[in-house]
Amino acid sequence: MKHKVSLTINGKGREDEVEARLLLVHYLRDVAGLTGTHIGCDTSQCGACTILLDGKAVKSCTLFAVQGDGHDVKTIEGMAASDGTLHPIQQAFWDEHGLQCGYCTPGFIMAAAYLLDRNPDPSDEEIRKGLEGNLCRCTGYVNIVKAVQSAAQTMGRDQARPQPAATGE
Amino acid sequence: MALTTMIGARIHRREDPRLVSGRGRYADDFIRPQTAFMAVVRSPFAHARITSIDAAAAKAAPGVVAVYTAADFEAVVAGAMPVAPAFVAEKKQAPDRYPIAKSEACYQGEPVAVVIAETRYQAADAAALVDVEWEPLPAVMDMEKAMEPGSPAAHEGAAEGNVAWDLTYNADAEAAFAEAEVVVKQRILQQRLAPTPMEGRGVLAEWHATDRTMTMWMSSQNPHFIRLFVGGAMSIPESRFRVISPDVGGGFGSKISPYPEDYLVPGASKLLGRPIKWSETRTENLQNATHGRGQIFDVELAGNRDGTMLGLKLTQYLDCGAYVGTFSAFQACACLLPGPYNWKQVASRTVGVLTNKVPTDPYRGAGRPEATHLVERMVDLFTQEIGADPAEVRNKNFIQPDQFPFTNPFGLIYDSGNYPGTLARALEMAGYADVRREQEAARARGRYLGIGISTWIEICGFGPSAATAPATGGLALTESAHVRVFPTGSVNVYVGTHSHGQGHDTTFPQIVADTLGVPYDMVDLHHGDTAEGPAFGYGTYGSRSLAVGGLAVLKASQRVRDKAKKLAAHLFEAAEEDVVFDQGHFYVKGSPENRKAMAEIAFASYGANLPEGHELGLEAVAYFDPPNFVWPFGAHVCVVEVDPETGSVDMLKYVAVDDCGNVINPMIVEGQLHGGIAQGIAQALFEEVVYDDDGTLKTGTLLDYAMPTANEMPPLSLDSTVTPSPSNELGVKGIGEAGTIAASAAVINAITDALSPLGIKHIDMPASPDRLWKQMHEERAYSAQGATADLGGGGSEQAQPQAGGTATTPVPGGLGEGGTQEGTGGGTPPPGQAGPQQGNNQEGSR
Ligand code: FES
Ligand code: FES
Repeated sequence: MKHKVSLTINGKGREDEVEARLLLVHYLRDVAGLTGTHIGCDTSQCGACTILLDGKAVKSCTLFAVQGDGHDVKTIEGMAASDGTLHPIQQAFWDEHGLQCGYCTPGFIMAAAYLLDRNPDPSDEEIRKGLEGNLCRCTGYVNIVKAVQSAAQTMGRDQARPQPAATGE
Repeated sequence: MALTTMIGARIHRREDPRLVSGRGRYADDFIRPQTAFMAVVRSPFAHARITSIDAAAAKAAPGVVAVYTAADFEAVVAGAMPVAPAFVAEKKQAPDRYPIAKSEACYQGEPVAVVIAETRYQAADAAALVDVEWEPLPAVMDMEKAMEPGSPAAHEGAAEGNVAWDLTYNADAEAAFAEAEVVVKQRILQQRLAPTPMEGRGVLAEWHATDRTMTMWMSSQNPHFIRLFVGGAMSIPESRFRVISPDVGGGFGSKISPYPEDYLVPGASKLLGRPIKWSETRTENLQNATHGRGQIFDVELAGNRDGTMLGLKLTQYLDCGAYVGTFSAFQACACLLPGPYNWKQVASRTVGVLTNKVPTDPYRGAGRPEATHLVERMVDLFTQEIGADPAEVRNKNFIQPDQFPFTNPFGLIYDSGNYPGTLARALEMAGYADVRREQEAARARGRYLGIGISTWIEICGFGPSAATAPATGGLALTESAHVRVFPTGSVNVYVGTHSHGQGHDTTFPQIVADTLGVPYDMVDLHHGDTAEGPAFGYGTYGSRSLAVGGLAVLKASQRVRDKAKKLAAHLFEAAEEDVVFDQGHFYVKGSPENRKAMAEIAFASYGANLPEGHELGLEAVAYFDPPNFVWPFGAHVCVVEVDPETGSVDMLKYVAVDDCGNVINPMIVEGQLHGGIAQGIAQALFEEVVYDDDGTLKTGTLLDYAMPTANEMPPLSLDSTVTPSPSNELGVKGIGEAGTIAASAAVINAITDALSPLGIKHIDMPASPDRLWKQMHEERAYSAQGATADLGGGGSEQAQPQAGGTATTPVPGGLGEGGTQEGTGGGTPPPGQAGPQQGNNQEGSR
């Protein structure tokens, strides 16, 4: 039996008929075609599938698509501005070499967005603690922590100013 | 743009904008019209005979299109999977491995059938309905028992003792041992590890029956290799077989060799005439992707009381698993055993043993971390024995900078090095003398501080073909590049290496931009598609991309430049010798004001009125076969404190000073070191693949396999020295595996040093709180009251966990330090028990 879901993904409304057991992460990837949200495990350890659901970071492999019904979803594809300007966290991951293979990166960026939303000025330890639901095999986390620190600074500055600072390569 | 402005520059990575935007293209992101999905039915037993397979229920399940077994695949896939025949002369047995088991399964997870259905979920559902009747056979799980006479066989028909190979490299170290005043002996274990790239494997294959072409999208470190072997097994010529592997979510060695599914997915596509897709689950990955390490070493070191090290001899027992992996033999680490030291003699024997586990194959470092770990451990054991300082003993025995090129006892030639230089810098950064004083003071207060040194070298940059081809059955491990300059001056570069995190999209164009003198932004790199670029490449592993592939890129660029120069001479109506190439421009000696940019030459090269004999166009292909290996090196220093009550390790400092010759992009080198060191630390402290006695994998999820989170990783202090390699024009070496090669020894030496007052001389990995706690208490049992005081008196009694059971895991933070279990390093549960804290403070999770 199929169930109707209607949700907002990255600002756009969408309706689909889905099986009750379809995981939200498979819905996003296979139905909505948003392949930026990744899958790295079967047991909700890795955080590669992290998205924002009503502004809160969730692991989209732990929810069914039907549980997304009526909610607002943001995925990595929705982070940059409509003109393509990267979100300060995306920019910071780029600037600080916070990624290598990039597979974990969307999940880390979404988790960091939620972390900085709750704690705009986290310490090194708070960042490490705040991201412990995400695994990275490539970076040793060194530059991921740096990226989040640097994003926090940029976002703090941006708060004080009307427009985001454009930072080039 | 000036020449040599790009090489050496800290340029941000080109690949990142797409990767941070969710626009990467990983294997599971691809889909074709009409795709059906594959699920694999696997052996639940480590060793069993297949009596019968009944697929009726599965075939009747909703959405199922087909169920195939070995008999079905015979029509489209032929032959056994490849094994590099290193040690052919001495090889005893390498059982044939087929993509799908016919009558006997030899490890848990081995494929026995596949189900194809309209959706992933339907395929998974129906796979559970395939009824396989099994006759379990005895599982051979313990390498040492496997070698005993009368042991069950890992394969039906395996020769007595299950030995795959038994090879002696250098038999003799007797003279060195005869003259030595001191001999130290130790058994050193290397636990099995799971490479665990964050992206598992995945394959989508599409057979076009009309034009008889196969296209495969997959997650691979070397697409040309897959094309060679899978195309060969399917009798599809390379010209009609295309492998595409654009973005890959990490490999670490586990995506080099062809896997059963790499044959089964295209095989099923050919049988069914539809695109077929299979995406590995994490449990499948932990169970079926090749493991690394899994070795036992019996080692002896001979030396004199003045600190001179004379001889080393060892036997390596290597757990091959159920089959000899394609590059399994590369894990035999003899070539690197001498390390950075000037020994009189080194003797080594390697024994490969078949067991009923998934095959081992290279994992980041492949043989070199094992070699470094054992040598560095032995140096410390020797140092402890003679009561000397570990830094001094290393300095005393180093090959000195003026001794290069240096031929080691195995006949390998070290290209260049300054071993005392990196050690001196690392000791300085760590504040070695101060830390030793602190350690003294801490010990007086009953605290256990330790300092560990690991001075490592690495052999990398495979080829050279003269050395590798005999070991690989003719695979030369050369590398290729194709550089194309378009009429308006933009440049495409195609390479046979494969980037899966190493940043080649950035670094290779840096080389090209400098060589051609064109702006960096005009140069783009393409890799990971066998339909583009040179006919063949060997892919990325063994820290070879820059030292081999980078040189192919340089050579191809130079050919293009030389061609352009010829044309420039014609355009200037000058002799070629009189044409100067400078800062991306050509001019005639003496008239730099009248100059032409590379783009102008490019345009002319596709135009009219070219001189007779001048080849049209501006592009070139080059292959590079290195004359020697390259030999990076460095020194890592780690400072730890061990909690005597809980056995938990607090990493206080980690310093790494490395030398990989000239550097193209220091940012990327640092990143490689960070990740490599993290994997080495993870082996030292957390990770271990565990099978039970029946061959069931106990670490089959990330809940059980203890990959560290950000919480468990210390901050790192890095520095470097630069000793160019004389073996190649760029003066480069390799750095992809260095961190992993160095780190485990630094950490374990630090922990051993910390606990040396308790009489502890050696600790095996992973040094989990569980293992350390037990070892400290065993030591205490031996050494009576003195040590009781050392262990913090009454506190240690409290720390006694539930006695009797095997799960003697102390509970960190539960020993009178209430509430500290959330602090970094204070609360690291051992692997196999709870895994590092992978908390879920994210709402909606679990
Ligand atoms: S895929 Fe969701 S946590 Fe791993
Ligand atoms: S960048 Fe590869 S897993 Fe994080």
